[in-house]
Amino acid sequence: MKKLLGLLFIVLIPFGAVASGGSNENLDTVHIDLSDTKSLQRGARTFVNYCLSCHGASYMRYERMAKDLKISDSLLRENLMFAADKPGELMMTTMPAEGAKQWFGVVPPDLSVTARYRRPDWIYTYLRSFYIDESSPTGWDNLVFPNVAMPNVLYRWQGGRIANFSESDGNKHFEGFEQLQPGEMTQEEFDLAIQDLTNFMVYLAEPAKLVRYRIGLWVIIFMVIFTIFAYFLYKEYWRDVR
Amino acid sequence: MEDSRNNRRRRFLAVVTSVFGLVGVGTLAASFVASMRPSARARAAGAPVEVDIGDLREGQMMVVEWRGKPVWIIRRSREMLSGLGTLRSKLADPDSQVEQQPVYAQNETRSIYPEILIVLGVCTHLGCAPTKNFERGISSGLSEEWLGGFFCPCHGSTFDLAGRVYKNVPAPTNLEVPPHTFLSENRIVVGVDSGRAA
Amino acid sequence: MSSFIRWVDARFPLTKVWKEHFGEYYAPKNFNFLYYFGGILTVILIIQIVTGIILTMHYKPDVDLAFASVEYIMRDVPAGWFVRYLHSVGASMIFVALYVHMFRGLMYGSHRSPRELIWLLGMLLYVAMMAEAFFGYLLPWGNMSYWGAQVIVSLFGAIPFVGEGLAEWIRGDYVISDATLNRFFAFHVILLPLLLALLIYLHIVALHKVGSNNPDGVEIKQQKDETGKPLDGVPFHPYYTVKDTFGVGVFLTIYLAIVFFLPEFGGWFLEKDNFAPANILQTPPDIVPLWYLTPYYSILRAVTFEWLPGGAKLWGVIAMGGAIVIFFFLPWLDRSRVRSIRYRGWMFKTMLTLFVITFVMLGYLGTKNPGHVDLIWFKNVTWAQIGLVIYFAFFLLMPIYTRLDKTRPEPDRLVK
Repeated sequence: MKKLLGLLFIVLIPFGAVASGGSNENLDTVHIDLSDTKSLQRGARTFVNYCLSCHGASYMRYERMAKDLKISDSLLRENLMFAADKPGELMMTTMPAEGAKQWFGVVPPDLSVTARYRRPDWIYTYLRSFYIDESSPTGWDNLVFPNVAMPNVLYRWQGGRIANFSESDGNKHFEGFEQLQPGEMTQEEFDLAIQDLTNFMVYLAEPAKLVRYRIGLWVIIFMVIFTIFAYFLYKEYWRDVR
Repeated sequence: MEDSRNNRRRRFLAVVTSVFGLVGVGTLAASFVASMRPSARARAAGAPVEVDIGDLREGQMMVVEWRGKPVWIIRRSREMLSGLGTLRSKLADPDSQVEQQPVYAQNETRSIYPEILIVLGVCTHLGCAPTKNFERGISSGLSEEWLGGFFCPCHGSTFDLAGRVYKNVPAPTNLEVPPHTFLSENRIVVGVDSGRAA
Repeated sequence: MSSFIRWVDARFPLTKVWKEHFGEYYAPKNFNFLYYFGGILTVILIIQIVTGIILTMHYKPDVDLAFASVEYIMRDVPAGWFVRYLHSVGASMIFVALYVHMFRGLMYGSHRSPRELIWLLGMLLYVAMMAEAFFGYLLPWGNMSYWGAQVIVSLFGAIPFVGEGLAEWIRGDYVISDATLNRFFAFHVILLPLLLALLIYLHIVALHKVGSNNPDGVEIKQQKDETGKPLDGVPFHPYYTVKDTFGVGVFLTIYLAIVFFLPEFGGWFLEKDNFAPANILQTPPDIVPLWYLTPYYSILRAVTFEWLPGGAKLWGVIAMGGAIVIFFFLPWLDRSRVRSIRYRGWMFKTMLTLFVITFVMLGYLGTKNPGHVDLIWFKNVTWAQIGLVIYFAFFLLMPIYTRLDKTRPEPDRLVK
C-alpha cells in the first residue's frame, strides 16, 4: 500500500509542477514588484497619458487606484483624471468605440485584466518591439504581435527603428533593430518606463494582489496553530484507543 | 491522579481548539457579511453631488438626486420664513430635537442660511414622496391655516416649510436634512458633512 | 438544558439521531489518512454553497454583463475577491478530495457487497459534481468558458438521429448564447445543488446502514463485545470528530494557501484564456476543460478511427460516456474473494497502479494538443490511445484477473 501511494505521488508531482506552458516566444523577462509604489505611480501616469486615450480600463475606479497607489486626491484630479469628473468613476477611454473601429479596424481591447490574459513578460516585450513598416496601414509593425493594428504610441520616447530580417529556407529570421531617429529617452530609460508600465498593469489586473499576500500570511499562521492544537486534541483522545 | 490530569489536558485542548475554530469560522463569516455592504460602485454612485443654485429664484424649489434619493433645495422668501415662528404649537418637534439633521441645521429654519432649505424628499413615515404645496390658506386645498409646506399623499402627513412635521399625522419625525456644504454663495455640495458656510 | 432536550425529543428524534450517527455510531478504529476526505468533501461543499450564495448576490447571468460582474466582484465588492477565489479554488479542491476519496474506495474494496449502493450513490454524486462544475465554468463568460461549453455541448450532436436537436435544446439556441448562460446559471445554483444535497443525504444514510469499510476490509459488526459494541470500533464522536477536525485543518490550510498565494495555480484552476471575455470570432489556440474533466476529454479525442461505423466522433463520445458509466458496474466486475488491496495478489495491485498512472496521464494529455509530443516517443494522441486501452482493460478484464489473483485470507479482526 505504502509503495503504491509513493508511486502515486511520484506520478502526481510532475503533473502539478508543469504549469500550463503557452507559446515559446522569445520574451524578455520583466521584474514585477508590486510593493514598489513609486514604480506603480510612474506606470499609472504613463498608462493614463498614453494607453487610456484609446483603451479603457473599465473595471477599475480612479479612486481605488489613488488609494492603493497612495496618490493624493488633488494630484489625482490634476494629473491623472482627464476623462472623468469624479474619483469614483471607472477608467473609461475617451475614444468612442465606433470611431476606433473606423480608425484601427478593431476596437482597442479593454486593458483591465490584460496582464492576466497575457503574461507580464509578453506585455513588456510587446511594448518594446515596435518597428517602422511602411507597408502597414499604421506605418508600424510589431515583432511579438505581427500585423498588430496598434501604432507605436511611445514613438517619441523610443524613437523610430526598423527591423532587419534575413531569409533562409523561405523563413524570415529576425536579425536586430536599427535605430533611425533617436527618441527622447535612452534605451535604459525607455526599458525602465515600460517596466513601470507593466508593473502597473499587473496591479491593474488584480488590485487585490496588494492585500492578498499580507492577509494570506496571517491566515496561514492562524490555520497552522489551529491545526497543531487539533492534532494534540486528536492524539489526546486517541490515547483511549488501543 | 493520572486520569484527572489527563482530563484537564483534554479539556484544555478541547477549549483551545474550539476557540480557534470559532474565531476562524467567525472571521470567515465576518468577511461574508462584509461583502454585503455597499460596494465601491454603490459608494461611487452615492458620492457627493455638487449643485449650482444660481438660477433658483425666490419661492422656487429644485430637486437633485443623491444616493438615489430626491434632495429638495428651496429658496424661501421672507414671507415663507415669517410663518415658521408662528407654528410651534402645531408641530411635533419644533426645535428639531430628534436627530434628523446635522448640528448646523438644528435651528428654527433648519438650514445654514435661513432662506436656503435642503431636505430629503422622503416622507419619514413609510418613505413615500411628499408633494410641495406652497400655497397659503384655503387655496392650498388643505386648510385655512396652511402656511405652505409639504403634503404626503400616501397617508396624509404634513410638514411645514422647514420640513418640520405637524402633530397628529402618521409621520413621526421631521424631514431629514442631508449633510451639505456651501462652496460659495451659489454652489452647494450635498453629501459632504462640513456644514461650512461660504 | 436537559429539560429542553427532553421537550425536543418528545417531538423530534434529536438524541436518537445524534446517537445513531455520532455518539454511538461505531467506526473501525484503523482509518488511515485516506479516510479524511469524506469529511473534507462535506466541509468544502458547505464553503461552496455559502460562497456561491454571496457570489449570486453580485453576479449577472447576462452575456453583456457576466464578465464585467465577475470583475466587479473582484474589485468593487468588499472582500469579493476572497469569496470568488474561495469558490473557484474550492471547485478544484472538491475534485482533488473526490478523486482521493474514490481511489480509497477502489483500493480497500468499499464498493463490494454490502456497500454497492454507497458506491452507486457516490458515482451519481461524482457525475452530478462534474455537471455542477461544467455549468459553473460557463458563468464567468470568459473565452475558455464559452468555447469549452461550445465543444462539450456539441458532443451531444454526435448522437445519431436526435443529437442535433438535443444539442439545440440544451443550448436553447444555435450556439452558446444568452439563453444558454441563463439556464446554466439556473442549473448551477438551483438544480444541481439540490440534487447534490439529496444524493449526499442518501450516500450517508446508506453508509450508516451498513457501516464503514476499513483498510483491512474487515466487517467490524461481526465481532462484538457482551454489550453489543463492535470490538474494533470506536464511537464516531468524539474520536473521529476530533480526528477529522485535524484532517480538515490540514486540508483547509493548503486550500487557503492556494486561495491567497496561488489562486490561478499556474493556469490549472483559473485559465489565462478565461481572462478575456467570450469572443465568438476567436477560438483559443487549445480548447481544454478544467483539469478534473481532462481524462475524459482525452479519451474523447483518442478515438480517431474513421473506419468505425458511424464515424470517429460518435465513438469518441461513446468511449467518453462509457469511461464514466463503467465505474457504476465496478461492484459487479470485481470478483475477488477479498475486499482490501492488503490481501489481494499482484494482479490487482498492478492493474490498479497502472490505472491510476493512466488516469493521471490522460488528464495531463487532455490539456495538451493531440498532435504534439509532450511525453516521450509518441504523439500525445497515441499515448491517449494506449491510455484508453489500459483504462477499459482495467474494468473489462477485472472479472478475470480478480478471480485468478492469488489472495491471502482476510482476518476476522483488525490487524495491529
